[in-house]
Amino acid sequence: MQPTPFEYAPAPESRAVVDIASSYGLYIDGAFVDGTGRRFKTVNPATEEVLAEVAEASGGDVDRAVKAARHAYNRVWSKTSGRDRGKYLFRIARILQERAREFAVLETLDNGKPIKESRDVDIPLAAAHFFYHAGWADKLSYAGFGSDPKPLGVAAQVIPWNFPLLMLAWKIAPALAAGNTVVLKPAETTPLTALLFAEVCEQADLPPGVVNIVTGAGATGQALVEHADVDKVAFTGSTEVGKAIARAVAGTRKRLTLELGGKAANVIFDDAPIDQAVEGIVRGIFFNQGHVCCAGSRLLVQETVADEVVERLKRRLTTLRLGDPMDKNTDIGAINSPEQLERIRTLTGIGEEEGATRWSAPCELPDRGYWFAPTLFTDVSQAHRIARDEIFGPVLSVLTFRTPDEAIAKANNTPYGLSAGVWTEKGSRILRMANAVRAGVVWANTFNHFDPASPFGGYKESGFGREGGRHGLAAYLDVA
Amino acid sequence: MADRLEVRKTYKLFIGGAFPRSESGRSYEVTDTKGRFLANAAHASRKDARDAVTAARKAFGGWSGATAYNRGQVLYRVAEVMEGRRAQFVAEVAAAEGVQNRRAEAVVDAAIDRWVWYAGWTDKLAQVLGSANPVAGPFFNFSTPEPTGVVAVLAPQDSALLGLVSVLAPVLVAGNTAVVLSSYARPLPAVTLSEVLATSDVPGGVVNILTGAAAEVGPWLASHLDVNAIDLSGVDDPDLARELEKAAADNVKRVRRPASEDWNADPGMSRLRAWVETKTVWHPIGV
Amino acid sequence: MTLTVPTPLADAATSDAALRRFLHGLPGVDQVGAEGRAANLATRSIKTTAKAYAIDLAIRMIDLTTLEGADTPGKVRSLCAKAVRPDPTDPSTPSVAAVCVYGDLVGLARDYLGDSGLHIAAVATAFPSGRASLEVKLADTRHAVAAGADEIDMVIDRGAFLSGRYLQVYEEIAAVKDACGEAHLKVILETGELATYDNVRRASWLAMMAGADFIKTSTGKIAPAATLPVTLVMLEAVRDWRDATGTLVGVKPAGGIRTTKDALRYLVLVNETVGIEWLTPDLFRIGASSLLNDLLLQRQKLASGHYSGADYVTVD
Repeated sequence: MQPTPFEYAPAPESRAVVDIASSYGLYIDGAFVDGTGRRFKTVNPATEEVLAEVAEASGGDVDRAVKAARHAYNRVWSKTSGRDRGKYLFRIARILQERAREFAVLETLDNGKPIKESRDVDIPLAAAHFFYHAGWADKLSYAGFGSDPKPLGVAAQVIPWNFPLLMLAWKIAPALAAGNTVVLKPAETTPLTALLFAEVCEQADLPPGVVNIVTGAGATGQALVEHADVDKVAFTGSTEVGKAIARAVAGTRKRLTLELGGKAANVIFDDAPIDQAVEGIVRGIFFNQGHVCCAGSRLLVQETVADEVVERLKRRLTTLRLGDPMDKNTDIGAINSPEQLERIRTLTGIGEEEGATRWSAPCELPDRGYWFAPTLFTDVSQAHRIARDEIFGPVLSVLTFRTPDEAIAKANNTPYGLSAGVWTEKGSRILRMANAVRAGVVWANTFNHFDPASPFGGYKESGFGREGGRHGLAAYLDVA
Repeated sequence: MADRLEVRKTYKLFIGGAFPRSESGRSYEVTDTKGRFLANAAHASRKDARDAVTAARKAFGGWSGATAYNRGQVLYRVAEVMEGRRAQFVAEVAAAEGVQNRRAEAVVDAAIDRWVWYAGWTDKLAQVLGSANPVAGPFFNFSTPEPTGVVAVLAPQDSALLGLVSVLAPVLVAGNTAVVLSSYARPLPAVTLSEVLATSDVPGGVVNILTGAAAEVGPWLASHLDVNAIDLSGVDDPDLARELEKAAADNVKRVRRPASEDWNADPGMSRLRAWVETKTVWHPIGV
Repeated sequence: MTLTVPTPLADAATSDAALRRFLHGLPGVDQVGAEGRAANLATRSIKTTAKAYAIDLAIRMIDLTTLEGADTPGKVRSLCAKAVRPDPTDPSTPSVAAVCVYGDLVGLARDYLGDSGLHIAAVATAFPSGRASLEVKLADTRHAVAAGADEIDMVIDRGAFLSGRYLQVYEEIAAVKDACGEAHLKVILETGELATYDNVRRASWLAMMAGADFIKTSTGKIAPAATLPVTLVMLEAVRDWRDATGTLVGVKPAGGIRTTKDALRYLVLVNETVGIEWLTPDLFRIGASSLLNDLLLQRQKLASGHYSGADYVTVD
């Protein structure tokens, strides 16, 4: 054995690339304004350090923002040609690319995700979404919705904390390309990159009021989606809140799209490319600490290879590096909030009580911050809550099957239907599984890939409407 | 400073990412619409055309194999660099087409916007032209557009920049590579465009631009067996166009005939459709 | 999908058909997934103390190589001098693992290296093409061993492999292993000619079954030579072989590894695929020539705090 083992020295990303103000207002009508509500703090979940104070937008603030969006829509944006809307979006895409490192660092500080992921996934994909939709702005008549599809008007958008800037891009880029103006509310635990995005809008000379950012928690979101003058509500988040929003807009003229929870099955057949399947399982559930609505949280393994797959998976999990999200070599960052950590602990506790066998990767958890070691449960049955409830954390439930039909039945035995994975070297089986699984995205021999050209969204209680691709434009056009 | 003696530019061919003179050593005088000398342009020969086709073929694998997103980024970058050369384009268009500066500015702006329009198409083309086909049987069946290959473009004679951009950019969107023969009498904006392409992120050989006569170079391109398609937009002589189309039939080239065009009109998708093949894939579905 | 080696091993190695059944029963390798994993590991950031450690380790793992038609005694002499003392300005610089030369130059290398402790590897078996009769290949091997080589880098018959004559490949490796005597056998798969990762995995297993002490990517004469994903697949093979047999087989990427950054990426790959057990010159080698000087430049930079230049390392 080596005298000095090959330990990676700390490789921290520099924090100096981003300036965080001590306090932020709301971005309304092209300017930062003070809110009239109380203020709240946003913290770094890896250190519990307070990063900034942020305004909680009141009902009155939300009303101002919606009025600004309406005004901008009526006076400017609805009269701006598709070509020019596209040019603004191209500018935004380029500015995001130019300031990518700044956004990556800020995202990691506010969210707790590893810098490797914010740098290589979140921010480049966000820029790509703007770039892709920029090209649509002057081509809407070719998108399959008639010769001159019209925008809806003012869009109210509420996004989650797991991919803050990327979810913003998924919402704002198609809305603006289609000709809508927006009021967007980022999640209360991760508001900072949305506020920095306001600066991007200014650098791009986007007309005031086209994009408005209001920060706050549930009440702010509720005020926004219930505002009488919004034409469209788009929500990404929990199924529970999604249902409440669906009730709130019932009987109004508001269009609605929802991207909600999931409990995806990741199905491994015995002829799978096993080393890549193990990587895919890891990517499926441990990417972004498992804070992914389409995470492959239910592993369905064919019994012939179940022991071998689990053994290889455990060995692989021992190489995951958990710790400082700002370290370039970190694979698993912090849990986003104490509330989420508590939920993960509760559900994993129930998993043990119900008789499943728990195994966690041996890793040291930092003293401060919110952490949870990568964990998997074996001996899980369909009846267990860890096989049914969305945990939204780095926790994998392993189940087995014997035949393709059994795999399909188990994969579909959930109220959710956002995504699924299939691993086999047999092409016809991939397509059979893809046909049979009731989910909006099916990954074959890969998992958790995203692209602006690829529509994303759920079946059943995972929501309706698609984001991305040609289909995603429908969410922001008057084509229903 | 008004009487400072300017440093003039040498206008050359653009082949494989480099700027050679014609291998023939020939050049011809380019004048403005009033007959005043502007520059000597390289007079491309049959061998220059041959070299350009070789370069285009060599570049085809990389360009067609790049992701659509990447091609979009690269083509948008071309528009950015064109914007930076706006003044030069305006001067050249004004001289070439005999129009006032304001008119030339509008032409250049339209040309840059046209490039942006096409840049946005790269990652949408398959979504609009492709399809999943519900065949009657246990098969997954889909169709996607793929680039035709090397496209020879005889660029419009009248519209030296907007016309050129309007015929060149759609060739590149799907991943084709191009050999372009510019307007004979108005070649200078084309050479400047080649300088833009060389300093954008467009790989060498993806676009090759020749200056010279359609009657001389055209037949060699039309009959070249390693050219897959030809755009005859710049052939004003109907007899020549017919001869070139006949020659093109030898290897079943896709041919776009000359037609009167309004370069300011919405370009639509017709030029995008012209340079793609449709590939349909079948795969069984079963356990 | 089982990875158990048939027992007795001879069962699988009795015919082309039996070998085919076994090798084609190994799990497939998904190209996109394997390349994605290698690319992901390539983003590891190795800094400060880890970098210093890794640079010295990489130097100690080098098979310093010259395999040119124009090789002369003078060239081999300077190669040997460089191998023993890579940086004359800094005696703390470790020696490389071995020099790697053609068989006819082994005797000279042995004279120059004496009892320095460095290994001498000879390429043999009609390197690089492998197109010769078995008798010639064995004679090539025996000559090199007799001249003092303690490591033999043989090439497999890629033609035989690609046409499914697995037994021939197997028997040839086994015969060369026998001819090696005490010398260690590195089996060059020439992955650039095998073309698919599935083939790389199968050839890795075939070589290990036939007795390879090391499996090596490339001759350096065919592009592509070593790549990260090819090496990943080979590391997975030695890992699975260890699980199946308890035996540790080494891995040697060779060709195209020219910079410190490249070398560190390979070490990361080893560290995270098979673990620190393999992070030793006994089980991991890098076949290279120009790499050494880049490692020395980086080593000088770490020591001095400023960038060095090509004039401050020796050309050999």
